[in-house]
Amino acid sequence: MTAFLIRRLAGLLLTLLAASLVVFIVLQVIPGDPASLMLDTSARPDTLAALRHQMGLDRPAWIRYVTWIGGMLTGDFGISYTYATPVSELIAQRVMVSLPLAVLSICLSTTIAIPVGVLAAARRGRGTDATIMGLAQFGVALPNFWLGILLILVFAVAYPILPAGGFVGWEKGFWPAFRCLILPAFSLALPQAAILSRVTRSAVLETLGQDYVRTALAKGLTGIAALWRHAVPNALIPVVTIIGLQFSFLLAGTVIIENVFALPGLGRLVFQAISQRDLIVVQDLVVLLAGSVIVVNFLVDLTYLALDPRITHEGAK
Amino acid sequence: MTRLLATLLATTLLATPALAAKDSITLGMPLEPPVLDPTAGAAAAIKEVTYANIYQGLTRIAPDGNVAPQLAKSWTITPDGLTYTFTLQSGVKFHDGAAFDCSVVKFTYERAVAADSTNSQKGFFEPIATTTCADPATAVVTLKRPTGLFLNNMGSGDAVMISPASAAGNKTNPIGTGPFVFKRWIKGDRVELERNPAYWGPAPKIASATFRFISDPSAATAAIMAGDLDAFPLFPAPESLDRIRTDKRFTVVIGTTQGKTVMSINNERPPFNDVRVRRALAYAIDRAALIDALGGLGKPIGSHYIPGNPGYIDLTGAYPYDPAKAQKLLAEAGIKPGTEMTIKLPPPGYARRGGEVIAAMLEQVGIKAKLVPVEWAQWLDQVFKQSDFDLTIISHVEPNDLDIYARDKYYFNYKSPEYRALYTKYVETTDPAARLALLGQLQRKLSDDEANVFLFGLAKTGVWNAKLTGLWENQPIFANDLSAVAWTD
Repeated sequence: MTAFLIRRLAGLLLTLLAASLVVFIVLQVIPGDPASLMLDTSARPDTLAALRHQMGLDRPAWIRYVTWIGGMLTGDFGISYTYATPVSELIAQRVMVSLPLAVLSICLSTTIAIPVGVLAAARRGRGTDATIMGLAQFGVALPNFWLGILLILVFAVAYPILPAGGFVGWEKGFWPAFRCLILPAFSLALPQAAILSRVTRSAVLETLGQDYVRTALAKGLTGIAALWRHAVPNALIPVVTIIGLQFSFLLAGTVIIENVFALPGLGRLVFQAISQRDLIVVQDLVVLLAGSVIVVNFLVDLTYLALDPRITHEGAK
Repeated sequence: MTRLLATLLATTLLATPALAAKDSITLGMPLEPPVLDPTAGAAAAIKEVTYANIYQGLTRIAPDGNVAPQLAKSWTITPDGLTYTFTLQSGVKFHDGAAFDCSVVKFTYERAVAADSTNSQKGFFEPIATTTCADPATAVVTLKRPTGLFLNNMGSGDAVMISPASAAGNKTNPIGTGPFVFKRWIKGDRVELERNPAYWGPAPKIASATFRFISDPSAATAAIMAGDLDAFPLFPAPESLDRIRTDKRFTVVIGTTQGKTVMSINNERPPFNDVRVRRALAYAIDRAALIDALGGLGKPIGSHYIPGNPGYIDLTGAYPYDPAKAQKLLAEAGIKPGTEMTIKLPPPGYARRGGEVIAAMLEQVGIKAKLVPVEWAQWLDQVFKQSDFDLTIISHVEPNDLDIYARDKYYFNYKSPEYRALYTKYVETTDPAARLALLGQLQRKLSDDEANVFLFGLAKTGVWNAKLTGLWENQPIFANDLSAVAWTD
């Protein structure tokens, strides 16, 4: 087990190093200079040079890379070019929006999708199954931003019970801040629940056809007991895999929903940093997000171990 | 049933009752300011939050675009136009308690021209030779040469008074002399201001103001319709205006800006160095149809100058829409039908949508326009910095920027000794009548040479609550001056 952990940790560090190198090189190649973006069209050459010097952009690329990586290792993420504040502070503020939103969405989508998927599998071929799968098909095709706009029109404009967007900040209290996340969480969760319910259904269908389920039934277990005790637990591995992927997406891939709801999340920070050429923020975020994807994958792997003891032995070898 | 359910939900979910008399305002802005120090960045959003609210200059630009006194009560100018003596307001304090006096003026102006200055309008301060203090309430500014626009420039956001004690922290914790103090900034979402209890002038009527940053047009519309916002002075969703106009809760105000939208031409690159080609492009574009296609809100311009500004002359008839004439001029210049020209298009709608309309118009006169969309960073790098372009569509939003045609190096490479001589004369003239005459000549010269194809003045589309008064209708400079804003009931 220790060897397994060490291997994973080494893999994590190597991947992060590779990601940092790739993002740094790409940012060197794409056109655009953060200093000229800040000064815009009225800038004079001497002002531009002074600002570039202040930002450290006049140093050779490799020195900037080494300084950046060295800083990261000591926990110093650097200072944002555009915001002139420590990047760690910026990211921390955004994580306080993105992480709760991701957790809320994933909880919602899982709570909806698993029972519904299992139900569809248990009622395979019947009306319930057809209805659920029809709805799921619709949900998969539903763009989440469209759903977001629809939810705003209903719950913020027609019946103004929730804010149309924005985020008041957690310091205003739990409920005022939480209210801001409800509609975005639903817009993200419903299309994901549709996908997850389909995966659940097919995974459960597969285990339902296995010998051990037939044995359980032959032993005298009721259909329902066989389903929940034997078929569902064995179907969870693909479901957990999808949940892991969806969670990674929710952490930073939600820029469109963040735009629709004017939420200050990580996705918009990435987008804004790229268009403003806030290089240091882009670099930090890419590495951080790559890291979080790896960590989520690792947690998914750990869940496999818990779900299927056979994997432990193989993994620990 | 749904209504009942919604009402039930509403009673349980509503966090704050909306009954108390309103003394706050929430405004929407499409872009977030990167920092809150207008002397440390060019982004218009910085001034849209801070100008006249947090920071003030010696002079200020009034809603009608004229110069008015602010921290300087009054001033005198010597007849040679070289020495400005400002009498300063007394009893003015910065938000941190620091006193405002002549030493602050000296500090501010000297900081702006220092070698390490990153003021994006360093050129405004370059004519200043010295700033001296006769006494704490009198600032004497001596110029190297007469500069007609000096008082305008000192009223811009780039020239606001900065206290030596707080200068370094202004980017994230702005300290000025204005009627509002900075309270907090949730990055990516909002900036909150509060009434300054120790303000030296008349107290503002509203107690607090929140600026929220919403760039998505549908999110902006929803936030207005839901009542989350009281005003969106630069509303980003023209397609929703008709719907909002029918709603009695709101006023839609179409004003003017200083944005001169032009199709810039690389004047140095053949065939555009031939004035016949530039004129042909001007004849080939139907401005009225273009404005219509973009929502019908802009006003045509015939030179690099906005109708209504001092000395404006109407040159919109100089190149009427005439495809036949355009073709004739192109043929004279040796341009074969089917010649390809690229138009680089930055992100704003007027450029992207406008580019498509213009491409279709150019097609009519035998020019194949290749449209290349670019993002801002690319535009600044390729077009602005390296002049690597044939044509581009851009709105020049700075007021009084006729000087860009007189610069040694500016991205469209217009180099006319006659224009430069005229401009130098204009800058050095202080007689108002002579200045107006020169302004006319400058506009006419640009139109004669058709240095760029002058298209239209960008409109300012504001949407706000019908009970709000005191917001600016027009936009002579980037600002959301809240000092006179009030609710009527």
